[in-house]
Amino acid sequence: MELFKNTNFDFLGKKWPFIIASLVLTVAGFGSIILQGGIKFGIDFKGGTLMTVKFDDKPNLEKIRSAVNARIQGENTVQDFTDPAAKNEVEIGTEMKNETQLNINRRALEEILLNNFGQPNNGKLDFNNASQQSLVERLRDPLARAGVAMSDQQLQAVAKAMMDYRDTPPRSGLIHDFADLSSLPGVNAGIMNTLKQECYLAPYHILKTEMVGPKVGAELRNKAVYATLYALAGMLVYIAFRFEWIYGLGAVIAVFHDTLITIGLFSIFHEEISMTVIAALLTLVGYSMNDTIVIFDRIRENIKIMRREPLESLMNKSINQTLSRTIMTSGLTFLTVIALFLFGGPVLHGFSFALVCGIIVGTYSSVFIACPIVLFWHNYSDRRRKVAPVMASAPRADAPRKSPSKAAK
Amino acid sequence: MKNNISWRAVVIVATIVLCVFGIIGVPKSGAELKQNFSKNIRLGLDLKGGTHLVMQVQVQDAVKADAEQTADRLKEDLRKQAITYGGMDVNEVSRVEDANKVAISIKGIPSTQSSSFRSLVSERYPTYILTAQNSTDYTMQLKPTDLLDLESDTVKRAIDTIGNRIDELGLAEKSVQPYGQSSSTFQILIQLPGVDDPARAKELIGTAAVLEICDVKDGPYASREEGLAKHGGILPLGTKLARAKPRGSGDVEQWYLLGKTPVVNGAEMRNARAGQDEFRKWETSFTLSQDGGRRFGRYTEANIGNRLAVVLDNQIVSVATIQARIEDSGRITGLGSEDEAVDLSRYLRSGSLPARVITNEERSIGPSLGADSIHQGIVAGIAGLLAVIVAMLVYYKRAGVNAVLALILNTVVLLAAVSYFHAVLTLPGIAGIILTIGMAVDSNVLIFERIREELRGGKSVIAAVDAGFGKAWWTIVDTHVTTVVSCAFLFLFGEGPVRGFAVTLVIGLVANVFTAVFVSRTIFDYELAGRRQLQELSI
Repeated sequence: MELFKNTNFDFLGKKWPFIIASLVLTVAGFGSIILQGGIKFGIDFKGGTLMTVKFDDKPNLEKIRSAVNARIQGENTVQDFTDPAAKNEVEIGTEMKNETQLNINRRALEEILLNNFGQPNNGKLDFNNASQQSLVERLRDPLARAGVAMSDQQLQAVAKAMMDYRDTPPRSGLIHDFADLSSLPGVNAGIMNTLKQECYLAPYHILKTEMVGPKVGAELRNKAVYATLYALAGMLVYIAFRFEWIYGLGAVIAVFHDTLITIGLFSIFHEEISMTVIAALLTLVGYSMNDTIVIFDRIRENIKIMRREPLESLMNKSINQTLSRTIMTSGLTFLTVIALFLFGGPVLHGFSFALVCGIIVGTYSSVFIACPIVLFWHNYSDRRRKVAPVMASAPRADAPRKSPSKAAK
Repeated sequence: MKNNISWRAVVIVATIVLCVFGIIGVPKSGAELKQNFSKNIRLGLDLKGGTHLVMQVQVQDAVKADAEQTADRLKEDLRKQAITYGGMDVNEVSRVEDANKVAISIKGIPSTQSSSFRSLVSERYPTYILTAQNSTDYTMQLKPTDLLDLESDTVKRAIDTIGNRIDELGLAEKSVQPYGQSSSTFQILIQLPGVDDPARAKELIGTAAVLEICDVKDGPYASREEGLAKHGGILPLGTKLARAKPRGSGDVEQWYLLGKTPVVNGAEMRNARAGQDEFRKWETSFTLSQDGGRRFGRYTEANIGNRLAVVLDNQIVSVATIQARIEDSGRITGLGSEDEAVDLSRYLRSGSLPARVITNEERSIGPSLGADSIHQGIVAGIAGLLAVIVAMLVYYKRAGVNAVLALILNTVVLLAAVSYFHAVLTLPGIAGIILTIGMAVDSNVLIFERIREELRGGKSVIAAVDAGFGKAWWTIVDTHVTTVVSCAFLFLFGEGPVRGFAVTLVIGLVANVFTAVFVSRTIFDYELAGRRQLQELSI
């Protein structure tokens, strides 16, 4: 099966609509960022507390929000997830002005949850949010008093079995009835009785707590940005060395363009930039660069074969020759990423969103951004050469003089 | 040609065997296979749950403590040499960045004594620089190199101490290490896989005074019950029962009755070292702070012949009899072995953090979330991979099988590398794997499309395969080297997750060149060998 056999599309003739579309997208992204008062960073980069809580039933966001705002000053966020895999989950975020608030805010959030949804005054341990150790400590003496003979190891093993049962899907941290535990290995009627006496089941479970001090956040952000910029510079130098400097510049501008548009799309869709999103951005940089180099490589090869061909039609031919490969690779990678986006769950959401945007933008930028830049430069320098009488006879097609001969293999 | 292929086949099979061994070992059962797999492919905290802490060591505390001790010694020296002074103090510094601003200021040294003062300082305090503010007032500051030494030593000691404290929690996979540019930010990263109770972990890490030296009132007893029974079931006022830390598995239980208020606590412990005495018996010597030393002196003088217990985390690590008055430096002698002496010195040191630590970052991922994300990640990964495989097979038919084999082998090599390098698979690492798979697919597509082109151009099958691989080779080199270059920069300048991404990606790229070019080519050659007249290639 072959889809694109001997195509002959005039890609570069249609570059302007795409360049304009890119500019519009970039401007829209920037506009959105400005309207929202800057890039929406996750707590990795701006500092803050973020708690993800899974509820038994559809949670009352308004109730949580007012309780949080009453207790914690500053800009707080309470939101649920659209992802069906994260049903009944809520993310509570608070700002953090300095490191000392780190623990205060976490404790405040835990208390808010306990007071609003748990049973703060019955003196029992909340099984759904207990750790193995706290469960063991809670049960040890009552079990001894109730005459249930078991060694510390046995008790630890039973507690571990209960925790493991609670934490594996589909429970995912929440059980509704103690009776579910009765069939676990090592659990007997005596243990069940004591467990019911000493513990209760709150209708929520804290899945994740993340706290990042603002200083660390700023540091992480700067490091990530600088690392990426240095990496781009490194690629520019390598491509300049293998091709021509303008090819390097074109490829880097195209990749930069992809990153900007993706960040803009994040702002437009109200997605946060977190550390995993940075990993995704790096992935798309790698992907888009790969795509561009494949096309450049073909251009370099064709320049040697078709010496008399004007650069624009030569580029068009090269893009057409690699079109089948471009579509195949992008399509296949897109399949993987779409799978990640659809089934990957909330943890991978931002990550896969960046890749979905990135692959689309990264594929067309190789054709409509990187190539036109190289073309513009060559047309411009040709015109200058024509003005200069000495250089007038220099044949255009010899331009990539630096191409190493081994590439002709 | 044939020989060449079998030689290459040997290389490939050997690689596969080595990789599979790295991932699953030699399992004897299904359960063991699963167990080996999860042991060798270690998942990061973001995937399996646990606690991740970044803490900053307040090195200015240690610098200040050093300055204060120096000031105390200097006062003593000035008195001995009959140099008069008006006042001496050490300034307050609250931020880590200001550690280099800690200074001892000495006021009112008579100008007639200034030269003897100067020579005293340069002789007795070589690590300090003396600066004259005016004719009678001076400041003393640590020399920059000594300051750096002290700072890095403080961070190292904090790492040791925290590591020891976490050992007490009984965690097998903990990691405590310098984080970022620890020489300028003094941060340490603590990772506790599987710990879902960060509050408890932090309590243990942050508490400095868990080391105590207590007086032994009575004991040993064989059990807690025996100790209670000896005192009619109720402990005397101000005492507690503590168990001696077992030395081996067969060790008998030993319980002691201790005074509840410690004689000296860990914050007053300055240093401890293992050594040998004149009879070559192992001992541990320790130094206390001045304050602690004074109290310890009074106490030991009044209690010669009584016993003292070194208690860490309510567990007795050593019991010794007081033989003489001990002030700020003492020795615990008669230890059984070098190990015992080294352990004891470690316990003594670990009791006190050299400086406060504050938490800059804390993440605790519940194990249920980890389980969920692994589950969803695997489902998504398999779905994506299946889609790619089906598309490759439909589009490239027989040659698609090559690509799929190469793809699977690539993943196997990547996982094996993760296992052999003891790397940890995190979410950004998986991002690296996805890009690797993307590029692996791309390499195959590049080669196949090139072969098709050559076939369309009228070349014979063998010539087309040859040309396809040859021409695609330089494209593959360019794309891969560019990415490796960018990874090198990401690794050099990036932090944590960015580095994880770079490392996995480089491994994946190397694996990819091997699988997409070498392995895939070998399979093609094997199929074409001896069939020179082949007219059609299933591609």
